[in-house]
Amino acid sequence: MKRLLAWGLIGAGALTMLAPFWLMLVYASHGKGALFDAMPPLWFGDQTGVNLSLLFGQLPFWRNLALSFYVAAMSTVLALVLCSSAGFAFAVYRFPGRRLLFALVLAGMLLPPYMAMIPSYMLIDALGWIDTPRALWLPTAACALGVFLMRQYIASIVPANTLDAARIDGCSEWQLFRHVVLPQCGPALATLALIVFVSSWNNFIMPLTVLRTPEMYTVPLALRSLQNPTNTEWGTVMAGAALASLPLMLLFACTARRMMSGMMAGVPRD
Amino acid sequence: MNAPRCSLAPYAFLAPFFALFAGFVLLPLASTAGLSLFRWNPTEGWQALTFVGFENYAFVLDDPWFWHTLRTSAWLTLVGGLPQHLLALPLAWLVWRHAGRGQALVSGIYFLPFVTSSVAVALAFSTLFASDTGLANQLLATLRGWPGLSLLLPAEAVHWLSEPDAARWVVAMLMFWRYLGWNLVLYLAALQVLPEDGFEAATLDGASGWQQFRHIALPQLRPTIAFAVTLTWIGGLQLFDEPLILAQDGRAGAAQTTAIYVYRNAFEYGDFGAAAAMAWLLLALIAVGAALLLWLLRTREPA
Repeated sequence: MKRLLAWGLIGAGALTMLAPFWLMLVYASHGKGALFDAMPPLWFGDQTGVNLSLLFGQLPFWRNLALSFYVAAMSTVLALVLCSSAGFAFAVYRFPGRRLLFALVLAGMLLPPYMAMIPSYMLIDALGWIDTPRALWLPTAACALGVFLMRQYIASIVPANTLDAARIDGCSEWQLFRHVVLPQCGPALATLALIVFVSSWNNFIMPLTVLRTPEMYTVPLALRSLQNPTNTEWGTVMAGAALASLPLMLLFACTARRMMSGMMAGVPRD
Repeated sequence: MNAPRCSLAPYAFLAPFFALFAGFVLLPLASTAGLSLFRWNPTEGWQALTFVGFENYAFVLDDPWFWHTLRTSAWLTLVGGLPQHLLALPLAWLVWRHAGRGQALVSGIYFLPFVTSSVAVALAFSTLFASDTGLANQLLATLRGWPGLSLLLPAEAVHWLSEPDAARWVVAMLMFWRYLGWNLVLYLAALQVLPEDGFEAATLDGASGWQQFRHIALPQLRPTIAFAVTLTWIGGLQLFDEPLILAQDGRAGAAQTTAIYVYRNAFEYGDFGAAAAMAWLLLALIAVGAALLLWLLRTREPA
């Protein structure tokens, strides 16, 4: 009985979580008028093809998707390399300046991204990177949260004497990192990959300031450009929104299992 | 623990990250502080840079719109952010106790809104809350027909996205929906690593599920709660995408957060100095709030 009630609550919540996705897909298959009928549709219509062709007619949407993918993939790969090596350094070495440098990382975690928006824009402008993907993926890869996460994880999985034993066997510091520690970091790397990929894919404020031409737009900007104060083609917008969400969900489906164990090591506790 | 021969190793491992971090985070941040002391419109070039001391801060503190956006940000953080924890905590407990092998699937579903495009979901919400005939108003119209409910519900269709107060509620609902799963997963992760034996002993002693939640799990979750609530506070005061997309009509209005106001001051009104001062004031607020939260939730350990 109690179990049934618990499942009822959990299930009702889960349906609430899924409902907007359902409606997003349903609306993507209807023309704009249908959404504002006396009874909005709850089941699929037959306008998906029309909406998609409208979407691709108005925007270089494949290009926008490809650019978003490129930006997110570049920042993810770079963040994995940089954050795991920095996290490794903080987790296994005691060295002068360690506390100060780690405090900087923590500060970087807490700072709102738009704090640095104005000078970042000036810097990117000075480098001549306006309207280039580089302006988006390089800054995103400097992920302070990633360093924190990797440090926590590495500190929790690597006993000090393993490292000393490996050193006595003649392992260099690089080999220690590459062959002893990194192979054990799967869950943390999966978590980090998901977080960086998602935040890069969703990045809105930076592209808004540094991208100029629709051909260079990432997906969020492209979607937003469909929004028209007086006459928005909602079916088309929803088709685009569904396409924008799909890659993230696929990635999540692939990393979900590892991510949960990565989160478990990263959550602070006594 | 490390031999002296590798004393340079940590710096070698840190250097690549810090090179990028310094260039794209620390340097811009320090420049924001510097910039807040100048009056400057970037379209006029570098020579237009005029040192004004703390004038920008005085100007911002005197600007009623700044205070208005700050109240909006704080309201959204409180109304859209904090109730998440009141629900996520017991929900995580239920999932942990009752979902068994289904835990991964259930938490995955709840996590889904977090791993989707924020702009896409904001657009989806704006169809649900579209004026007059959006699904939210249709639902209200149906519910109004039920006996007893008509007194509690608004008598007419709500202009969700153009009425100032309603727009704030929509943004708060979106925040709630989007980040509930993130908090659920955090709490679930923390519950899964709690020592089992405390709960076993309590079950033998006949403690109810509620008592176990209240007296065994909750005190041990305190550090996680502090962490999660602090993240909500930080995230809430940084809110940008969702209100910008949702409340486009009320541009200068109800759902304009401080983050959006900073953006507008810099890139639309061309007042970089004031925007930088605002950004620093908001940072101070975030930092003070976060420190206060951590202190409140950490120091009152049970005896």
